[in-house]
Amino acid sequence: MAEVVFFLAAIGALAGAVGTVAVRNPFYSVLALVMHLLSLALLFLLLRSEFVAAAQVVVYAGAVMVLYMFVVAYVGGTSMPLGPGGTRSMRIGSIVFAGVLFVELAIAILGTGLKALGTEGAPYEPGFGTPARIGELLLTKFLLPFEIASFLLLIAAVGAVTLARRRGGLHDAEEQRITPLDLVRPVSTGTMAEAVGTRTNATTRERTGLEYGGHSGRAGPEDGDDGERTGLEAGVAPGGDTGPEDR
Amino acid sequence: MAIEWYLIVSALIFSIGAGGVITRRNPLVVLLCLELMLNAANLALIAFSRMHGNGDGQIFAIIVMVVAACEVCIGLGVIVAMYRRRLPIDVDELRELQG
Repeated sequence: MAEVVFFLAAIGALAGAVGTVAVRNPFYSVLALVMHLLSLALLFLLLRSEFVAAAQVVVYAGAVMVLYMFVVAYVGGTSMPLGPGGTRSMRIGSIVFAGVLFVELAIAILGTGLKALGTEGAPYEPGFGTPARIGELLLTKFLLPFEIASFLLLIAAVGAVTLARRRGGLHDAEEQRITPLDLVRPVSTGTMAEAVGTRTNATTRERTGLEYGGHSGRAGPEDGDDGERTGLEAGVAPGGDTGPEDR
Repeated sequence: MAIEWYLIVSALIFSIGAGGVITRRNPLVVLLCLELMLNAANLALIAFSRMHGNGDGQIFAIIVMVVAACEVCIGLGVIVAMYRRRLPIDVDELRELQG
């Protein structure tokens, strides 16, 4: 029974791997990799490591592949041909390289002389590979790698947010720098006048006092309700610090 | 099943992934092939863990999965940044870092 399951899972994993490499459309490539990961989880179960199998299915085939799907859909999964020049030779060369690599790995594996290679492995003891055993190992013997891994995840998350920002780079961090001058806001900050655009944050910062005096005499399209608005501005002005930035 | 069967499967998957990394030009598929190689290493680690009856290999596999998740995160961020800057999504076209 175990042999049948092993061969089914191994064939599924290998077919998924070949499909990932060979399929033209990246969308189907991701789907083939999902199949590969599920088959690999079955192999992990045969090796009696239940926790890693469950993590493989939940984290890899679930979360990471969904991330891939989103990016493939966003970038617009265009099928990328191998390109002009060296199409056939590149493909043949890579197949030859993969074959040579496999032969070398097989020689390295089978030539090690490890006596346990031909056996089923160490006798099974209950509790091997369960979450309890893994958690105990992670929090005692491998505490430092555990903490470093959590730190690595934090750094990767911050780096991904920085890389995929809207402006796409690190160049314009200067534009939105907050200075101590921003604490002293002009009078009309956060009012409807600013939203309409008759005065902006940057231009009114220096000449607030000057312009505020001559405000009612200024010609504008909505000149009729101008007097009412200046009264409103004067009332709102002390709390104007919480107004929206114009970005 | 004997342990060596698992190791042979692992070596096959690793070879396929390495061939894909060399051949394909779409960086998304190159990242997928890198995942294949990491998974082959995971399978070998867990097979050795079973062989020794020791949980250390499984911890190693879990750490490899964490590193793979970080690599996916950064790699996809780079691809999205390339897309936003209207750069070609093609590893052969991006040769500005070439010496």
